Amino acid sequence: MAEAAWWTIQGTQLEVIEHGHGRPIVVLHGEDGPRSCAPFLDHVATLGQVIAPSHPGFGHSPDGESIDTVDDLSYLYLDLLAERNLRDVVLIGCSLGGWLAAEIAVKNTERIAQIVLVAPLGIKVGDRETRDIPDIFALSAEEIARRKYHDPARAAVDYSTLSDDELTVVARNREATALYAWEPYFHNPKLRQRLHRVSIPTLLLWGASDRFVTPEYYGTAYRDAIPGARLALIEQAGHLPQLEQPAVCVEHIRQFLNA
Amino acid sequence: MQAWHFSENAYHLLPDAKEYDSIRVTLPNRYYDPKIGADLYHRFIDEWMIAEELGLEIMVNEHHQTATNLNPAAPIIMGILARETTTARLLLLGNPIANRRNPVRVAEEMAMVDVYARGRLECGFVRGVPYELSAGNHRPTKMQERFWEAHDLILKAWTSHDGPFNWEGKYFQHRQVNIWPRPYQQPHPPVWITALSPESARQVAEHGYVAACFLTGFEGTKTVFNSYRTRRAELGLPAPAADRFAYAALVYTGETDEEGYAGARKLMWYVESNKVPLQFTNPPGYHPVAAAANAMKGAAGSGIFKMFQNPSLESFMEHGLVFAGNPDSVYRQIMRMYKHVGGFGHILLMGQAGFLEHDETVKGMKLFAQEVYPRLKDLGSVVVP
Repeated sequence: MAEAAWWTIQGTQLEVIEHGHGRPIVVLHGEDGPRSCAPFLDHVATLGQVIAPSHPGFGHSPDGESIDTVDDLSYLYLDLLAERNLRDVVLIGCSLGGWLAAEIAVKNTERIAQIVLVAPLGIKVGDRETRDIPDIFALSAEEIARRKYHDPARAAVDYSTLSDDELTVVARNREATALYAWEPYFHNPKLRQRLHRVSIPTLLLWGASDRFVTPEYYGTAYRDAIPGARLALIEQAGHLPQLEQPAVCVEHIRQFLNA
Repeated sequence: MQAWHFSENAYHLLPDAKEYDSIRVTLPNRYYDPKIGADLYHRFIDEWMIAEELGLEIMVNEHHQTATNLNPAAPIIMGILARETTTARLLLLGNPIANRRNPVRVAEEMAMVDVYARGRLECGFVRGVPYELSAGNHRPTKMQERFWEAHDLILKAWTSHDGPFNWEGKYFQHRQVNIWPRPYQQPHPPVWITALSPESARQVAEHGYVAACFLTGFEGTKTVFNSYRTRRAELGLPAPAADRFAYAALVYTGETDEEGYAGARKLMWYVESNKVPLQFTNPPGYHPVAAAANAMKGAAGSGIFKMFQNPSLESFMEHGLVFAGNPDSVYRQIMRMYKHVGGFGHILLMGQAGFLEHDETVKGMKLFAQEVYPRLKDLGSVVVP
């Protein structure tokens, strides 16, 4: 894993992992924080130059002065693409990061060539009394793990073995998640009706055993909202297929990029 | 010193705690019988009126979606008390203003109660306990910012008398603020704020409001009050009088120590019945990052927090969370806290809980009011150097 660098975009400081060479691949992590994408990044680096920022408030990135919504984050990363003059970008987003990637894509895809959404959140599918996304703020850690992982044992963390820095990052990731996703809960009520604007090739990757947001319910709704999008299932993976099956995910992405 | 009778209006007739995960947020309200609830409401209002007869002041608070407290709208109970009482000061501690969608509504409610009560309202603002966030769908992050913006808006609404003003803040927008009625007291009712940490005490000190500590024990209370005094000194402001400080404890006065302890054991229901899972006690962003990281290491199991996990009357009395016994014992215990923390001008008496029946509640209040309170009253005028 490459060392993190520090980028400043419009006054906002970001911890960014750069890894590999070739065409730019921007990877947006989800609510579980930058580390939930770490092993995946090594595989993605075989496809191009990975650029993986920690969103403000996550990892070691400082809280953003006036950044407190996913909408704010989407403009921050559009600024990042422009300031670094990145072109022909592959944009990958996981869960909360998938929501963020979709918010970026409905605004401007001038610098983006292809999008990969890994179990993205962000849209409202059911009626007002249907809880599309489980309320992680009202569930025990065990229940969240059961829903998010194909193998829930993988989620077990022995906090006593973590350094103070690692514990601080876990606490910051949780707080940042509450900041961005508390209300409306992990979605933008307007996003679904805007997804028709996404006119570049889009691949959705979904864990076949995702019990957090299922591919049958949430995944197909997402796919149907984006013109021409394809939904691929990853066996033996839950809501974090990039963590449970990184090599298989990257193989799907490789085929998608070469298509 | 002023003494305030306080009850959480709990609904205590619950099934065995093994049958539910949490007494807060998720406990189904099929366990609540509104006919019994109506009797309880009337009983607790009667007890507040008895408090007034006994020369005690009155305090009301607010929680949501919990059997531990059936006042989800404290201004309503306060409206009743404003009409039913005539002399007692009425403390609402408090309005959870970081969790209110519309602070102007809070300004209106409090002004209305103050007018009804002909200027007897003491208006408290609280951040609220962590379980309130899920209960009210309120974001736990940036609460301090929201709290103080709401405070600023309420204070301006109370003190503006020349027509509408404009408010387009970070959290609240209201273009024509012009409340009717305005408060009875001028320029506005006295303000109280709960302060459970030295950091929060500093901001309360800057405004010179009353800082109230709840069950923070000897050391926690001392740290908070000292932080208040230090901040005043830093700013070159006059040292605070004792009436800027309040302490809340479970208090039961009996004829004998044994009777006092028996009453206090029933009050311990507050703590013993507070079965709440981690996701509601520790919502992300409520506690500072450093504290949240420490909690993951299991460091929360120290000091007062450890006591709450395994409550006993002995440890609560030892740490100054419960004052109980015969009148002499209760007086001695309060004075020990008073001297340890540098004085306070208000004692908030959590005097009813759980299975403490009406007669027992009134007996404890009466013994306190008649045998303990007279010895405390003059303390309030002491200015702490």
